[in-house]
Amino acid sequence: MIESQIKDRLTAIVGAENYDDSKAGRLVYSYDATPNFQAMPDAVVSPRDAQEIAGIIKICNSSNIPIVPRGSGTNLCAGTCPTEGGIVLLFRHMNRVLEIDEENLTVTVQPGAITLDMINQVEARGLFYPPDPSSMKISTIGGNINENSGGLRGLKYGVTRDYVIGLEAVLANGDIIKTGGKLAKDVAGYDFTRLFVGSEGTLGIITEATLKLIPLPETKKTMLALYQDLEAAAKSVSKIISQKIIPATLEFLDQPTLKVVEDFAQIGLPTDVQAVLLIEQDGPLEVVERDMQKMAEICKVKGAISVQVAQSEAEAEALRTARRAALSALARLKPTTILEDATVPRSEIAKMVKAINEISHKYGLSICTFGHAGDGNLHPTCPADARDHDEMERVEKAFEEIFIKAIELGGTITGEHGVGVMKAPYLELKLGQEGIAAMKAVKNALDPNNILNPGKVFAKDSRKRVVVTK
Amino acid sequence: MTTKEQRIIQEEFKNRMNEDELLNCMRCGFCLPSCPTYVESGFKETHSPRGRIALMKAVADGLIEPDADVERSLDLCLGCRACEPVCPSGVKYGHLLEEARDIINQNKKHSLSAKTVRNLVFNELFPHQKRIRAATGLLGFYQRSGLQSFARKTGMLKWLPENLVTMEKVLPEVPTMKEMKNRPSYFSASGVPKKKAAFFTGCLMDTMFLETNNATLRLLQLAGCEILIPEDQACCGALHGHSGEKQSAKELAKRNIEAFENLDVDYIITNAGGCGAFLIDYGHLLQDDPQWADRARDFSAKLKDISEVLYELDFHKNVKLELPSQVITYQDSCHLRNAMKTANAPRTLLKAISGIEFTEMKDADRCCGSAGIYNIVESEMSMQILDHKMVHAKSANAAAIVTANPGCLLQMKLGIEREELSGKVNAVHIADLLLEAAGEK
Repeated sequence: MIESQIKDRLTAIVGAENYDDSKAGRLVYSYDATPNFQAMPDAVVSPRDAQEIAGIIKICNSSNIPIVPRGSGTNLCAGTCPTEGGIVLLFRHMNRVLEIDEENLTVTVQPGAITLDMINQVEARGLFYPPDPSSMKISTIGGNINENSGGLRGLKYGVTRDYVIGLEAVLANGDIIKTGGKLAKDVAGYDFTRLFVGSEGTLGIITEATLKLIPLPETKKTMLALYQDLEAAAKSVSKIISQKIIPATLEFLDQPTLKVVEDFAQIGLPTDVQAVLLIEQDGPLEVVERDMQKMAEICKVKGAISVQVAQSEAEAEALRTARRAALSALARLKPTTILEDATVPRSEIAKMVKAINEISHKYGLSICTFGHAGDGNLHPTCPADARDHDEMERVEKAFEEIFIKAIELGGTITGEHGVGVMKAPYLELKLGQEGIAAMKAVKNALDPNNILNPGKVFAKDSRKRVVVTK
Repeated sequence: MTTKEQRIIQEEFKNRMNEDELLNCMRCGFCLPSCPTYVESGFKETHSPRGRIALMKAVADGLIEPDADVERSLDLCLGCRACEPVCPSGVKYGHLLEEARDIINQNKKHSLSAKTVRNLVFNELFPHQKRIRAATGLLGFYQRSGLQSFARKTGMLKWLPENLVTMEKVLPEVPTMKEMKNRPSYFSASGVPKKKAAFFTGCLMDTMFLETNNATLRLLQLAGCEILIPEDQACCGALHGHSGEKQSAKELAKRNIEAFENLDVDYIITNAGGCGAFLIDYGHLLQDDPQWADRARDFSAKLKDISEVLYELDFHKNVKLELPSQVITYQDSCHLRNAMKTANAPRTLLKAISGIEFTEMKDADRCCGSAGIYNIVESEMSMQILDHKMVHAKSANAAAIVTANPGCLLQMKLGIEREELSGKVNAVHIADLLLEAAGEK
């Protein structure tokens, strides 16, 4: 509950139309795309600029009210689920692309800008912003930065982190800071830009971002390699990389995933094979053609039963769109779709695929796997039913084993989805106690009252995956 | 709503809402950009499909009560179902919405005036084709007797809300009672009959838009169809189904199934996307009724929109289509596109007309805001949507905006009137345009 006196002060800042504490208004911001997490915020506030956010933060800081910044709520780690109540902060008024600077090759945006809208504007000028999370048609740049989102092009071009060069953020005490700038080089002090990227809203509220752009590649080609053996597909991935080819995209989909994706997209995906690799290369035509040919050969040598090149951009785009729908399409199978994004060094991808299969057999689960094989980032996904407690327990155990295996192989518990609440219990696996202590020290220094997205990243004492409060 | 009503509605949500379908929404948010009300409301999740499903689930789960805000969220939904084809999980949003609206409307006490209007429209008018004819006859009298020009001249119309005044201007000149009554019930094919079709006339299409129905029949003949028009058919029930009057919708569905099931035909043809989407869903509507479920599915299996059939029968290749040089564009009927999955056929037919240049308008697949009676009951949102639609329509620089549903047709005419483009831009049903292109109009 927000006291009426505080409500009045917040309303005075943003206007009554931008403050909603109705039940329906709060309910629709009680969740994000993470299954089994739901908690009601006390109010939903839509500020119009950084000054208003500074005003809101000061009030919250002095009254210990949690603030949860939220883009479109598409994240997969319960990062924007208001598990401790408080205010959900929306950026629906702060959604403009402010400037595309063609001399410095940068774009400056407000956090609420939709990723794909910004990409379209940038590409219209012959420029390229590579990070392309699967949710990009609705995800926001602010959300991408806070989660350090990846995407299909991460292998060659990196992730959101690699393109954020300047930020404006409001700290917990209400100070507005600017980090970085339109600079190729900048070593003035700690790299706060990088610190804020992937901080999941726990260190400050990002209110503006300057992103690096690169020239749009001249051409792009897309192909599918078909396999009757999962590990052969995985081995092709490692072989391509070790042959010193870095494709723009190197995606893996297993048969169950192919089937549901084809159900949705109906573009004639092969559903009679065990796995496919979706491979893309971009750049100058001759390089693209040479690489595509080489990769096709590698795939065949490693056991691909056929390699099909997309005949048009429309066909290629249909394949990419279908791949992006994989997770949601898997939701067709059962009511609850639990997915993870354990990531390993790419040389270990075949071992990881094998381990996932063994673990799923061990626990009597059907785990579907797809993901960014080229950068070692897999998305083992388990269609389950939250109402079946026994099954949920087995899912829990299976994923714990997958995390442990990933760490053993030199990997991590999450490649691109973030820790949030969902993976907080496992963070210690990756960081150790000392690592967590160092991170907590940073958090405490910047947000001593723990009002910024509390309960995220760092685990509470006991693990609770299902949080539903009234 | 009283607390007692809320309690009953909540209980009904728990009992009647399909829990599996609610859980099927995994909240990925992929539907959000396709939702007109989400975009037009300034990105409010309460007015998005994901938000609405979450609200339905929360009511069913007992997390929140079905209060006025919940009802508002459901009321503001156009029911355009643009969220369905973009949903990778395949959530049947339309079914959820229909059920939720039915629960609320059946258990909520309407004001006396609302009750009177609802009873008049849903029970006394639409199920009775003769009365619709009579009402259309009255409109014809209004248009032809001089009353219309009197009303316009004296400024009587200014007492009506603004969009109704505009609506009054764009209503087509309706046929006479005689024209409405004297239509044969059998038409032979031109040339060798290829297929046998039964025609679903629709209630508004067969009165106010009789000319379009006649054009549709003629096109079917030209395409090689022999046509039967069963006398006992009724309104499709879409209006009832979308407004929380499911029981009446079921009664109408049964009448239609009976009227068509003993005809030995290849197709049941409709030329109104809104009706088609409801007719094709009879299988779902009557799924729990063992006496009717299979018969309903058989009915739906034969149902096709006119453009889909013409396309299948190669009408555009067999009949010479020609018009004076002009740019035309096409506005999808949401239900034709999202529910009947017909989007390519009308475009292919139009592109086959020599002399025309087909320009795709931006966001042609987005709702025009007509949505049944939405443009009357939610006129503010409807006009906001329409005004944005007209921006794209104008950029297409088309002389004709082609549609495939009477509601969309009227709404586009309304948009043309609002933009003061009448005379320069024309809105037309695809059947009328195709018949003109075939040289028969």
